[in-house]
Amino acid sequence: MVAGQEDFTLDTAADLAGRERDGNEVRGRSPWALAWRRLRRNYVALASLGVFLLVVVCCLLAPVYANHVAHRGPNDTNLTGSIEVNGKSVPVISNGGATVLPDGTVVVVPAGQPIGPQWGAAGGQYVLGADQLGRDLAVRLLYGGRNSLRIGLTAAAISTIISVLLALLAAYFGGAVDWILSRVFDLIWAFPVILLGIALGTALSINGFHHAGINLAAGDLWIPTAVIAFVFIPYIARPLRGQVLALREKEFVEAATAQGAGPIRIMLTELLPNVASTVLVLFTLIVANAILTEVGLSFLGAGVQPPNASWGTLISDGQAWLSTDPWFSILPGIFIAVTVLSLNIFGDGLRDALDPRAKVRIEH
Amino acid sequence: MVAFLIRRVVGMVLVLIAVSFITYLIFIKIPGGDPAQRLAGRTATHANIESIRIKLGLNHPFIVQWFDMVKSLLSGTLVSYFNGGTNVVDQIKQGLPATFSLCLGAGIIWLFFGILVGVISAASAGRFSDRAITALALIGISLPVVWLGLVLRYLFAEGGWISSFPDGGYYPFTQNPWEWATHLILPWITLAVLFIGFYGRVLRSNILDTINEDFVRTAKAKGLSPRRIMTKHVLRASLIPIVTLFGLDFAAVLGGGAIITETVYSLQGVGYYAYQSIQAQDLPALMGVTLYGAAFIVVFSVLVDIAYAYLDPRIRLT
Repeated sequence: MVAGQEDFTLDTAADLAGRERDGNEVRGRSPWALAWRRLRRNYVALASLGVFLLVVVCCLLAPVYANHVAHRGPNDTNLTGSIEVNGKSVPVISNGGATVLPDGTVVVVPAGQPIGPQWGAAGGQYVLGADQLGRDLAVRLLYGGRNSLRIGLTAAAISTIISVLLALLAAYFGGAVDWILSRVFDLIWAFPVILLGIALGTALSINGFHHAGINLAAGDLWIPTAVIAFVFIPYIARPLRGQVLALREKEFVEAATAQGAGPIRIMLTELLPNVASTVLVLFTLIVANAILTEVGLSFLGAGVQPPNASWGTLISDGQAWLSTDPWFSILPGIFIAVTVLSLNIFGDGLRDALDPRAKVRIEH
Repeated sequence: MVAFLIRRVVGMVLVLIAVSFITYLIFIKIPGGDPAQRLAGRTATHANIESIRIKLGLNHPFIVQWFDMVKSLLSGTLVSYFNGGTNVVDQIKQGLPATFSLCLGAGIIWLFFGILVGVISAASAGRFSDRAITALALIGISLPVVWLGLVLRYLFAEGGWISSFPDGGYYPFTQNPWEWATHLILPWITLAVLFIGFYGRVLRSNILDTINEDFVRTAKAKGLSPRRIMTKHVLRASLIPIVTLFGLDFAAVLGGGAIITETVYSLQGVGYYAYQSIQAQDLPALMGVTLYGAAFIVVFSVLVDIAYAYLDPRIRLT
């Protein structure tokens, strides 16, 4: 062999082309690395992820706030107590009465009206006011956020895992398996999301769940979690099944079969990686939808049960004081809107980054 | 086409039977324990519980109970557990005018503005107005409906800003159309915002996909004006998925999906009845409403399929 004349391959060609340009070697990048590079340039999406993580961290710090700032737990009632505001003693739950302001207007406060936002005037107590039982609203807002986020994230995770498994099974095996699973999806899909959630949530909140060796008390947070996870299954499984059906006919699956790969290996190492990007995007958007569903269910009394707080129950509690203390129900709503919006923006950005031509949508 | 219709209608009946069975399962089997004992209260005697059990037919096997329930629902004699056993079917019927008024108005608003938003942002794709509209649409689908309803109520009905609208309640159209409309404007907007955002987004991406199709290039090559291409060719093709979406979403809100809006504004519709039933843990009533809602969705999805098969003959084969 003549010196300097090695085997010339396609890799060598890429190598030479890379050196030719500016002396740097061309690096091969995986699709995930390319997606990350696209996502990194999408500042809006990254900022939304930051906002979402900030909300999560704030809610996780709820016990710290309760112990060191508010000095009051989320379920500590205070019906008869009073707090010091600017040197004056003010009852947390008003006894009712009227005050005349210097300009002559009369402010009538009905009995039982909880104290409004103090914004720090009471030394960290009742920063956002109290609820009808004298519980500190700011503390409940953080604990409620913890519950709402926990329910949203776990429900979306459970729903996604189950749907991915079912979609893989249905599309890989086809035939009777596919027919049965598709009819199950159709059935769940035939109910309006909120009505099925209400039906299950109410039925489960009576006695809890005591079947198949699982025992959940009526007020358990796992009940709304399971209900929400269940109602969203067809919304993930149906689009995924379609994708896997198309992938199943591709040559690489045939190649894997020819190499002797069994059904489980084909499903997990050939099909799953190919739908992973869709799953990731769907998961992000389902988290946002699950949080909204939790809010709706809890507002209607079919989600998180008292005394546990969630953003939905807080809005519901505050409804009665809408005209006198609007912050009560408006603040939890702002938290929800910011969280859901940041998740939606990030989900959109993620979709654009992973597959600029993909069409992943959540229909509700 | 006839075979397609028959297949779809038979499928629909089967789904409805399955749905009623599942609903019954949810409400009778999941809570566990003895429904009769739950109804009788804590201090009930044994004879008391037994009489309730016989009165509600809870002593029969499950299949018979389910069959009786379907029979009483179809013949309009299903009674609720509480309030002295009011007739569930009558209560649902009483709620229909309010629910239909809410959904019809909101449906018109969201379809009109959804299409408007989608067309404007697709026509100005990439420009500032497109970005602004897209951002607004995203905010629209991220707002919790409950919260939007309460904020609108606070701002426009309870004096937060102006109090020119009545604060909740339903006013029959036949008594006073003006009062009917003013009572419904805020609920209409509350219900429509989510869908406007959603439809705008879907339509925008549909239009942007359609613009690259061959028939649009042909239309351009023929020398048609951009306005004519947009309305006659692009929009027509892009609107088909919107027809499907609208059919299903409209069925869902009619079938109780508007429950949150109705509850926030105390509109005495079907959803409000469901809300009251949740508070009372009145299972037959909830069962009635759930079945009513599912029936709407199933029937409408068949109607949408038929409309689709009419619009696109390729579908009839599958």
